Amino acid sequence: MVHWSAEEKQLISSIWAKVSVEECGAEALARLLIVYPWTQRFFSDFGNLSSPTAIIGNPKVRAHGKKVLTSFGEAIKNLDNLKGTYSKLSELHCDKLHVDPENFRLLGDILVIVLASHLGRDFTPVCQFTWQKLVGVVAHALAHKYH
Amino acid sequence: MVLSAADKSNVKGVFAKIGGQSEEYGADALERMFATYPQTKTYFPHFDLGKGSAQVKGHGKKVAAALVEAVNNIDDLAGALSKLSDLHAQKLRVDPVNFKLLGQCFLVVVATRNPSLLTPEVHASLDKFLCAVGTVLTAKYR
Repeated sequence: MVHWSAEEKQLISSIWAKVSVEECGAEALARLLIVYPWTQRFFSDFGNLSSPTAIIGNPKVRAHGKKVLTSFGEAIKNLDNLKGTYSKLSELHCDKLHVDPENFRLLGDILVIVLASHLGRDFTPVCQFTWQKLVGVVAHALAHKYH
Repeated sequence: MVLSAADKSNVKGVFAKIGGQSEEYGADALERMFATYPQTKTYFPHFDLGKGSAQVKGHGKKVAAALVEAVNNIDDLAGALSKLSDLHAQKLRVDPVNFKLLGQCFLVVVATRNPSLLTPEVHASLDKFLCAVGTVLTAKYR
């Protein structure tokens, strides 16, 4: 089980309090699809993904980004039981969605960059350490039920 | 992975904007890398890695200068970075995974210091460029 110090938990919640889940979620997913275009393979039914502008403006991308980041919020409320929290989602991503877990790591890295761009210098090195740890652990939990 | 004309233009634009601050960006990226990925410190047992370290600043300056040189010779990265590529293969032998980590930290630095510069398109181009640099630096490893 992952150990979270009191300082790490504090950094996570204080940063999360500043996050607009809808905005950051949409931006993170859009950037994933733009920066790593092969990730578009999972979203063939999302309509127009033909350009960065199309992706950013795509309402399905925005909605799905919000959904993904909302789920992240659940993780933050359950830092001491991430595997349990993500058990069903892990099965879903493996059995139904067939998503390579590497994609969770890619999205995690993108999320860190989105947070950095919104928070500026407030996103200190120790914040970055904590959030890279968090996204890594979330990715691991989402991959845990793969078989 | 190939850098398109648009990618090259985007990357040149970033570095033109960063200008003389590139040394600070380099130092900041290194500091973040050591803080975020502590395993990277294993390559610097001879450095003082404490906050504000002059050695880290100096090394950040070197890393930034190499990136600037690469940008100025973006049509021939292999040529521009050939000596550094030899150095990393024969002497430094930094495991290839670490270039991605430094790349991530450089992107975070640009995001924190100049968020409006890092549009999704520029983000994609800069990420590609940093990957390409890492690839060149590890190309002669075996």
